[in-house]
Amino acid sequence: MALLDVKDLEVEFPLGRKTLKALHGISFSLNKGERIGIVGESGAGKSVAAFSILNLLSKPGRISAGEVIFENQDISKLNRDQMRHIRGNRISMIFQDPMMTLNPVLTIGTQMTECLKAHRAISKEEARQISISKLRDVMIPSPENRMDSYPHELSGGMRQRVVIAIALLTDPSIIVADEPTTALDVTIQAEIMALMLELCANNNVGLILITHDLAVVSQVTERIIVMYAGRIVEEGQTQDVITNPKHPYTRGLIKALPQENSPGARLNQIRGSMPALDAIPAGCSFNPRCDFADEQCHKDIPQLTGPKTHTAACIHIDRIPAFQSTGGLT
Amino acid sequence: MDYLYFAIKRLLQAVLVMLVISLIGFSIQDNLGDPLRELVGQSVSENEREAMRDRMGLNDPFLTQYGRFMYKAVQGDLGNSYFFKKPALEVIAAKFPATLELVIGATLLIIFFAVPLGVYCAINPKGWFSKFIMAFSIVGISVPVFLTAIFLIYVFAVELGWMPSFGRGDTSDLLGWNSGFLTVDGLVHLVLPSISLASIMMPLFIRLIRSEMMEILEMDYIKFAWAKGLVPVRVWFLHAFKNTLLPVITVGGVQVGTMLAYTILTESVFQWPGMGFLFLEAVNRVDTPLIIAYIIVVGLIFVVTNTFVDLLYTWVNPTVKLVGSR
Ligand SMILES: Nc1ncnc2c1ncn2[C@@H]1O[C@H](COP(=O)(O)OP(=O)(O)O)[C@@H](O)[C@H]1O
Ligand SMILES: [Mg+2]
Repeated sequence: MALLDVKDLEVEFPLGRKTLKALHGISFSLNKGERIGIVGESGAGKSVAAFSILNLLSKPGRISAGEVIFENQDISKLNRDQMRHIRGNRISMIFQDPMMTLNPVLTIGTQMTECLKAHRAISKEEARQISISKLRDVMIPSPENRMDSYPHELSGGMRQRVVIAIALLTDPSIIVADEPTTALDVTIQAEIMALMLELCANNNVGLILITHDLAVVSQVTERIIVMYAGRIVEEGQTQDVITNPKHPYTRGLIKALPQENSPGARLNQIRGSMPALDAIPAGCSFNPRCDFADEQCHKDIPQLTGPKTHTAACIHIDRIPAFQSTGGLT
Repeated sequence: MDYLYFAIKRLLQAVLVMLVISLIGFSIQDNLGDPLRELVGQSVSENEREAMRDRMGLNDPFLTQYGRFMYKAVQGDLGNSYFFKKPALEVIAAKFPATLELVIGATLLIIFFAVPLGVYCAINPKGWFSKFIMAFSIVGISVPVFLTAIFLIYVFAVELGWMPSFGRGDTSDLLGWNSGFLTVDGLVHLVLPSISLASIMMPLFIRLIRSEMMEILEMDYIKFAWAKGLVPVRVWFLHAFKNTLLPVITVGGVQVGTMLAYTILTESVFQWPGMGFLFLEAVNRVDTPLIIAYIIVVGLIFVVTNTFVDLLYTWVNPTVKLVGSR
């Protein structure tokens, strides 16, 4: 039995008279201590998927169907108070922009200890000691002094370390990280990613890593989920997916990586762009951008098919030629 | 160190503003009415008047006169009231407690009602109670203060007879301060005037707190606070409200000054023996020194509160960039 089992999850945004669907029934699972990556271009629905796990969708988003089963309980149906005991306790989150994640008017210490005190009956001093030790874990220099600092006194990289420390405070079983390094300086992205990998692996914490960077997930995760326009279009073991991508969209993402292109050459971007929620084409949503699309692709919505370890949602999987990688990712 | 630098700079600005106010005050003295007419009768001849003008320095150049005015002003001498035949500042000081207590009463009402109502409306923007409060506050903003005052007097003083309709009631001496806070009668008299004075600012504050707080509630750090599993009360009243407070303090400080202006209306409807009432009487009597003293005192209060609020704001907000600091 998986630790987390997301089943046919649908999310919609009621906007005035129209209701827009952002997730069209996605399913995936996560085992204890496993690390999976969710990739896709901006607007694919990755953040919506991440936030719906903890039922933290921004207004007016809501889960309209499906289940989020965590430790044999459908947590999408819990009320606010029951959900509170899951959030930040059993499942933690790391947001994209560390400049915006920490409260500007509260000290680091306050923002750490309050999380512990919300979930455990411990004294102020105990909470403080645990917080300091977690700051040490994320390699923040002189953590005792940092407890009294305000967020603006720290650099972006340091702030994201603090956020990671907060996420680890209660020894959760899952961390959901939504583009944790995207807003950071390129030079420290790898550092932060390595730190997260190490901490999750050492503490047996499950990780759902959301990113638009395939190179990052290929280094950190064991499994990859590729999303396009609110659907999962490919899923499989990381190695399988990056060496033998089946879906034309996944192939396009890999070909567009700088590592796959000769230096100085123009990047092989996928033509066109991710459709807005109110302009998703009929049939396979990827069809306007796909080189292999035919009439059938404009009619049928493809389902995920293939062996359990590597599935893809494309009706032409058997027809399209084998993938030739230049080996940039491996 | 940076804060000290900022504080000194801010204080110098305050002094500058006071200089401008004093200049305005002095120009009024220079242009409004003829002081001699107030002092001497019709029988005095034009030659004698001219001699008196010379003696009083009224024919000196503008700057000389202004210098003399300022020299006296910094020593607390703003001239004698023509009507009371006493130093103008002394006359105002005697009325100051009444006005201050009225402002305090109104401010307390605003804090105790606007904060919870504004926060409530921000948390439940779609609830019927929030919609009612919002609709009511639009009405509140558009009703002139004297109408509110007259309405209150009509209902609670005339019809129901629960509240007195004018004056301060019994006052007692509190460390040399003539206060209405210590007697029941004094407090009862304070109720209606405070409500009408508060009624002008209340809708503004409810709306301000609501809109600032709603904006804050959408911030990432609030979402992160929810993601940490904190109890709602902590998210709303610590994480969100503390951030809401900063812009509210700034606007609030300015509004306390504005409220002083509205005391003129409130005090005249309730015949409240404060500075505002005194000012209206002074205008009627063309009591120029008293008018000027009022303008300067109110200007001073305004500048002091604003400076104080600015210093406080910078003190409370750890992220504010100290302009001018290196
Ligand atoms: N609060 C919202 N209201 C309306 N539409 C939203 C909202 N949040 C996200 N969306 C839409 O949902 C889609 C998926 O967004 P998101 O999950 O943020 O994409 P990403 O994969 O880049 O994280 C986008 O088309 C976005 O415009
Ligand atoms: Mg996103």
